[in-house]
Amino acid sequence: MTRKQIHLAAHFPGVNNTTVWSDPAAGSHIEFSSFVKLAQTAERAKFDFFFLAEGLRLREQNGEIYDLDVVGRPDTFTVLSALAAVTERLGLAGTINSTFNEPFEVARQFASLDHLSAGRAAWNVVTSWDAFTGENFRRGGFLPQDQRYERAETFLRTAWELFDSWHGDEIAADAGSGVFLRDSSAGAFAHHDAHFDIEGRFPVPRSPQGRPVIIQAGDSEEGREFAASTADAIFSRYGTLEAGQAFYSDVKGRLTKYGRTPEQLVILPAATFVLGDTDADAHERAHVIRRQQVSGQTAIKFLEQLWNTDLSAYDPDGPLPATDPVLGDHTIARGRASVRMYRDPLATAKEWRQLAEAKNLSIRELMIEVTARQTFIGSATTVADAIDELVQADASDGFILVPHVTPGGLDEFADTVVPLLQERGSFRSEYTGTTLRDHLGLS
Amino acid sequence: MTGPRIAVALDGAGWHPAAWREPGARPGELLTAGYWTDVVREAEAGKLDFVTLEDSLALQTVNYLDRPGERDGIVQGRLDAVLIAARVAPLTSHIGLVPTAVVTHTEPFHLSKAIATLDYVSTGRAGVRVQVAGRAEDNRHFGRREFGEFRLEDSAEPGRPSPLRDLFDEAADYVEVLRRLWDSWEDDAEIRDVATGRFVDREKLHYIDFEGRWFSVKGPSITPRPPQGQPPVTALAHAAVPYRLAARSADVVYVTPSDRAQAASIVAEVRDEQELAGRGAETLHVFGDVVVFLGETEQAAADRKARLDELSGEEYSSDAHVFTGTPAGLADLLLDWQGAGLSGFRLRPGAVPHDLTAITRGLVPELRGRGAFRTEYEASTLRGLLGLARPANRYAAV
Repeated sequence: MTRKQIHLAAHFPGVNNTTVWSDPAAGSHIEFSSFVKLAQTAERAKFDFFFLAEGLRLREQNGEIYDLDVVGRPDTFTVLSALAAVTERLGLAGTINSTFNEPFEVARQFASLDHLSAGRAAWNVVTSWDAFTGENFRRGGFLPQDQRYERAETFLRTAWELFDSWHGDEIAADAGSGVFLRDSSAGAFAHHDAHFDIEGRFPVPRSPQGRPVIIQAGDSEEGREFAASTADAIFSRYGTLEAGQAFYSDVKGRLTKYGRTPEQLVILPAATFVLGDTDADAHERAHVIRRQQVSGQTAIKFLEQLWNTDLSAYDPDGPLPATDPVLGDHTIARGRASVRMYRDPLATAKEWRQLAEAKNLSIRELMIEVTARQTFIGSATTVADAIDELVQADASDGFILVPHVTPGGLDEFADTVVPLLQERGSFRSEYTGTTLRDHLGLS
Repeated sequence: MTGPRIAVALDGAGWHPAAWREPGARPGELLTAGYWTDVVREAEAGKLDFVTLEDSLALQTVNYLDRPGERDGIVQGRLDAVLIAARVAPLTSHIGLVPTAVVTHTEPFHLSKAIATLDYVSTGRAGVRVQVAGRAEDNRHFGRREFGEFRLEDSAEPGRPSPLRDLFDEAADYVEVLRRLWDSWEDDAEIRDVATGRFVDREKLHYIDFEGRWFSVKGPSITPRPPQGQPPVTALAHAAVPYRLAARSADVVYVTPSDRAQAASIVAEVRDEQELAGRGAETLHVFGDVVVFLGETEQAAADRKARLDELSGEEYSSDAHVFTGTPAGLADLLLDWQGAGLSGFRLRPGAVPHDLTAITRGLVPELRGRGAFRTEYEASTLRGLLGLARPANRYAAV
């Protein structure tokens, strides 16, 4: 019986506390050589794609720039285009915000990237309604939250119209006759609606994939519908068996009404991993990594996000504050992709107090307990088993792996786990196609 | 080096509308990485200072105010120049990479990090050419702005308000934002101090708080200060309004004199504007743009251009001086015009590969024979090649 094939992607560690910068193995997060290293490791391991997140405003907490995590990123398009020069098959995926760009320019850039990578571009479409981020842009933070999917969907469909404005056979380039274009109306477009009122001629002829691979990450009802109707791949947050299967069947079940089949949407939860020679080794390393990820200072900052007030005077190795969280507008942290929001801060604080008392935990220990997540911990065999089982059980189609160290954090996985998955026949040993759509089975 | 600096302007198959029909042209490959890698490597083999990459938000035209896409028989379709530059960067090692960016419709925050990133991926060889876009066709691709009538004759009168002057004033604000964002991180902002748990020293990250007539930008950048500190900013200028932009904002201005005397008067005009902008003490390179059709003999060059003209059905004309002749003749012209105050030239090959290789393998040896061009790259950054020091950060505490 043929085994279901696993899809794997590599995420360049971003600006969050998952990424450990204090480890002696941690290198630069901005020098191009770090991006080359991770991308080439992913390609050596025959991964589907390399993924780069985006940020458009430095995060703040307590009205100051957040200084405890890695900060600073390159421009998505520019670094992906440069990576196309040092890789041959690996897909190149980037997050591009649809709120602070226009469809014409994003379509032009993605079509260019797809040409320059010979068909390896992917676009993780995100939106922002965040006036804080908008302060860096002409348009500002104008978008009411309830319209974010409407604008995103319209943005994406408009970009598709631009991609499709060339069919692929217009360029004759016949030196003898002097005919460059067979069809002199190639690239003509017109889109008029409440969001975009544009027309003209799109200047980039059809790219190798036609359209870049479209990735989305929404989890709300609207987000799931948006993904089911338009995405080629979805980043989910459900990496466990039951939650994964529930998400998987829910989203794949929505495809029929859009005339799509389950194979046309690849579901990839984000996952972290800690490997060791034995399972016990791995758990020991996982413990060390969690302490690297949540320093005493970071623990206090996390606690402030629930308490909604300055707690800098507290000792991270001491007990929780005796006072309750401050209720009201939650403004202490700004610019996070997912600010830790707590629906009922008083109830959460009570829960945490009980947990801290029961286990005799300090602030830092408690924060490690409630925030640290490591998806796969164990020997290479254990991790390969876990990944394969989840995929075969339709909890996902694969994983997007987030190493905790840059840029060498994928090496061990590539050297030990990937060969085991290949032995089982669950993961490719060679690329069978040249484009990212080929790798994802979408073409 | 005593001779002029030499850049080459790359645009499709060359600057003549019929260039794509020449033997050796690769018109079917203009949208591939291989084509651009090959031509930039050829320029690097000639040890040229930098290449510029033309761009536009619209399909190609023969003349700027033509309607895009309406002309038959010319190359149509192009790729984003910043992405081409990034794609080529890891495969080259010394040549400067200067893509064109349209500043009228794009966000300065995005372009700032794109050029900073180009500087990282090329380890210090990035520049940018800023260009305005005033045509209605460009506006309609974005659908969010309307301008008054864009008339080229307005470009001669900086003292009189006009839609064209507004575009250039906006571009000057735009470049100011680029530069402030590049400085918004001090060079040593990343500290990785394990004891205090701090990755960066937030005192060395700066809000730029730019407030202008067209946009406001808070900052800081999300990309740390690039290797060159400030990648060189360049602009093409034909008249007084753009000279003023260049004098306020640029490190290199490309101008289009038709002879030595005009070169001298343009240089004088640019220098006056530079004084007016309070930048008299700074280096502002003035490069002369020249379109070149080269041949082993003058007759061969003239015949080649005549053949191209016949293919396109009209005599080629340009905003820049059109030179037809031998590499030795071109060397004579460049050294003569250099004497009028130009510090370099941006050569526009009439047809690629012929006129590009005639520059790298004909003109360059000719200049070297006269002691007027480098035999080895003397610096590893574009600023280094242009003799520009790495600038201090405006926000750093002295």
